[in-house]
Amino acid sequence: MNSPATASSPRDIDIQGTRLTEALTETWKTPPGVWGALTTVDHKIIGRRYIFTAFIFLALGGVLAALMRIQLAQPEARLLGADRYNQIFTMHGSNMMFLFAVPVMEAVAVYLVPLMVGTRNIAFPRLNAFSYWIYLAGGALLWIAFALDMGPDVGWFAYVPLSGPQYAAGKRADIWAQMITFTEVSALAVAVEMVVTIFKQRAPGMTLDRIPVFVWAMLVTSFLIIMAMPAIMVASTSLILDRLVGTHFFNPAEGGDVLLWQHLFWFFGHPEVYIIFLPAAGMVSTMIEPFARRPVFGYLGLVMALIATGILAFGLWVHHMFVTGLPRLGESFFTASSMAIAIPAGVQIFCWLATLWDGRPVFKTPLLFIIGFFVTFVIGGLTGVLVASVPFDTQVHDTYFVVAHFHYVLVGGAVFPLLGAIHYWFPKLTGRMMSETLGQWSFWLITIGFNATFFPMHILGLEGMPRRIYTYQPDLPWHALNLFASLSSVVLTAGFLVFFINVIRSARAGDVASDNPWGAPTLEWATTSPPPSYNFAMIPVVNSLHPLWDSRDALAVAEGLRTDRRELVVTSLNTAEPQAREASPRNSIWPLLTAIATSIMLIWSIFTPWAVVWGSIPIAVALIGWFWPKGTPEDEA
Amino acid sequence: MIRVLRKACLSATLAVPLAACGSNWQSALDVHGTSAISLKHLILLIVAVCCVVWMLVMVALIWALWHRREGRPTPPQPARERRMTIAVTGAVIATTVIIGTFTIMSFFATRSLSVAGQDDLTIRVRGLQWWWGLEYIGPDPSRRFETANEIHIPVGRNVRLKLEGLDVIHSFWVPSLAGKQDLIPGRSNELVIRAEKAGVYRGQCAEYCGMQHAHMALLVIAESQDDFDKWANAERNAAAQPVEEEAAAGMQTFLTKPCAACHTIRGTLAAGTTGPDLTHVSSRRTIAAGLFETTRGSLAAWIADPQTIKPGNNMPMVPLTPDELRAVSAYMASLK
Repeated sequence: MNSPATASSPRDIDIQGTRLTEALTETWKTPPGVWGALTTVDHKIIGRRYIFTAFIFLALGGVLAALMRIQLAQPEARLLGADRYNQIFTMHGSNMMFLFAVPVMEAVAVYLVPLMVGTRNIAFPRLNAFSYWIYLAGGALLWIAFALDMGPDVGWFAYVPLSGPQYAAGKRADIWAQMITFTEVSALAVAVEMVVTIFKQRAPGMTLDRIPVFVWAMLVTSFLIIMAMPAIMVASTSLILDRLVGTHFFNPAEGGDVLLWQHLFWFFGHPEVYIIFLPAAGMVSTMIEPFARRPVFGYLGLVMALIATGILAFGLWVHHMFVTGLPRLGESFFTASSMAIAIPAGVQIFCWLATLWDGRPVFKTPLLFIIGFFVTFVIGGLTGVLVASVPFDTQVHDTYFVVAHFHYVLVGGAVFPLLGAIHYWFPKLTGRMMSETLGQWSFWLITIGFNATFFPMHILGLEGMPRRIYTYQPDLPWHALNLFASLSSVVLTAGFLVFFINVIRSARAGDVASDNPWGAPTLEWATTSPPPSYNFAMIPVVNSLHPLWDSRDALAVAEGLRTDRRELVVTSLNTAEPQAREASPRNSIWPLLTAIATSIMLIWSIFTPWAVVWGSIPIAVALIGWFWPKGTPEDEA
Repeated sequence: MIRVLRKACLSATLAVPLAACGSNWQSALDVHGTSAISLKHLILLIVAVCCVVWMLVMVALIWALWHRREGRPTPPQPARERRMTIAVTGAVIATTVIIGTFTIMSFFATRSLSVAGQDDLTIRVRGLQWWWGLEYIGPDPSRRFETANEIHIPVGRNVRLKLEGLDVIHSFWVPSLAGKQDLIPGRSNELVIRAEKAGVYRGQCAEYCGMQHAHMALLVIAESQDDFDKWANAERNAAAQPVEEEAAAGMQTFLTKPCAACHTIRGTLAAGTTGPDLTHVSSRRTIAAGLFETTRGSLAAWIADPQTIKPGNNMPMVPLTPDELRAVSAYMASLK
């Protein structure tokens, strides 16, 4: 760190004050204009873009949900035909899982994790830019196809043989499978960046036991992505091969196996739930501190619970297949493992309750959303225990009970904390506070609307209403509750509208935020709101879990980084001892060009396998441009 | 002309809901089958325990939020931290005990459900887009027969269903009688059902199976052994020769048009296997997998334009003159 400065390489110790920030701005800035926007590798700009795009997809998915609720409000309704409805529920599920829930959690992490660990950019920033473009292309593929009446209609799980060559004519199922590939690639890219950022770029002194819980959650989530996503990649690729070149992975007539798809899909699909939930749990652990005004209780227990959930997540997938006729004894094992996940979930809930009990709660919007999270997520967790029981599941599987259950888990468990997180970190992202009044309105509308919409679905399921039906006959006793749910969804929609209005208004004219408006203890609040392009003028040095609480007046800093090129500190994995000064890549157009080339290849390959051959050439060219040697040392010890 | 007839038939059939049956005839809470009854007990018990747990958590939450809101924050105090550790540990142990109990309970419930007693009635159930093919099989091949979408079972007897998916995955679910079981191409699954009480129970495909997944229902009619035997004997018979002139003309039309290529009517030359067996179609309460009550009008509407009534289904619209349509529907209605 303290190697002598040479004349040719100015260091941050040589200059002070505005001269330092000017030099850093010059080195790290994203130039204004279109070119700058397309070439930027700043994790904050990309993170904001990611969050913005994910919320667009949330709104679009919400419109689809509203259409379904209108259709189901009456028996034998004629608003949507069977074909359109089937596209809509497939789109809603695929969009919410692949284009909203997973990306939005990664997006928040792309923005926050480098700030929370006290570094200047994410690891592999060009890969980060690439991952955003690929994600955008995948989302555009799905929605443009839907607009052209080519939207997938096979369910977000695309079970074979229904999605196979024989029963899904046209390109609808291929578009679903290829959209998966896009979101896979982008999710895997972000996961790798996360792991490396968290392992190697933490501020000096941020030992493993001083990592904020949200960062821990993202670390575990990233490992889940790295281990779970390849399963769905194998599955969707095999499906495309079955459809395009006549392989028979899933064709029982040719020795393939229908259930193989379900095993592969759910081996990914169940960890997927925790890929969405764990970041949200990390947000709760992190946000609860400033609002309870004390450190979160049971840091070690919370981190262990995250890790335990991550491990158990891979042992539960069969509980999505309890009625496929697998051996009963084997299923009982999966009942046990599915129920066991309630233990780490319980550890977290009880630790948060203890934190609130011992703290002095401040009832601002983020805390309200945390309270809403408790109320709804505990219901979702308990119904999760119910469906984990094989006999119970034989009655409720594939009914509206399950629809209610997973909306309680995903909306209650992930969207509520996420909305709290948006209110909480909005000042850091934009430099302005969100309106507290509108925030409270949106909280009450969303909480009441959500519960009134989804709670009746538990009863509908027990009354025999299956999922994924585009209508029902009038002689079935489901009309009243469906109408009630549909009317309640208006309240829920109003809540989200208030939220969006609040975001737009506050971004333009909200109160200007200070650096640390909530009095929070973590490093992202140590810099300005919004942070400068280089995040920190001096890399902070951490000597506790709550650096801004324990050394509020004088945060120690590390010195000696060059100001004329993008440098950040690489530290050791366990103890975060400084090891090297690493050059962080500069802005580049190549990630965008690579993403365009990759997108062309992937979309083209829906139509012909030769696209993989010819489409690889532009990708190779773009990658050569991307990795063209710089001729300067990448890092200095 | 045919358009007017079709419209008239449609509105007539739509106006007559299947009101003859109780409204909760497809419910996991209104149960009349041996396994559904024990499942309901398990469901209610687990739900009750979970309600208590949820309320306890909510009480703890409210208490945590309100018990001492005022005052300035103080740094964590060791004594309070110890109490919190004890409370959290206790709550985690309680969670473990509860889910352990649930696991053991559901293990034994599964075991008791899968032990079926003696069963001498076996039905092969085939799931197809979007109807149910049924074959009553037994040791004597001459007593086998084929029907569709309506299962008759004798009350108080175990009935073994051999479930086969022929095109895509379907799921057999009659919630008032038993939990569901999938029909998967390339695999054979089994489900034993037993009705404790006579009645009509509705079921519906529970695994998304394509465009008309919403319209893939079936009825289970549980009746006394005598009624069942009477029904089964009638089903074994070939179709009655039409007596009326119009029906006889309808039979001729049926056999000369493409109808016979897909449907079987035993006792005639019609021997297609793509669509449901129509030998006694008019004895069944519904047509088109639970869509309409069987009447001459609904039959005519269906034959006239199946793609409008149930878009995407595999029955094409066969062009018929109004006279032919009337004749064929008269013939169908005569197939009791």
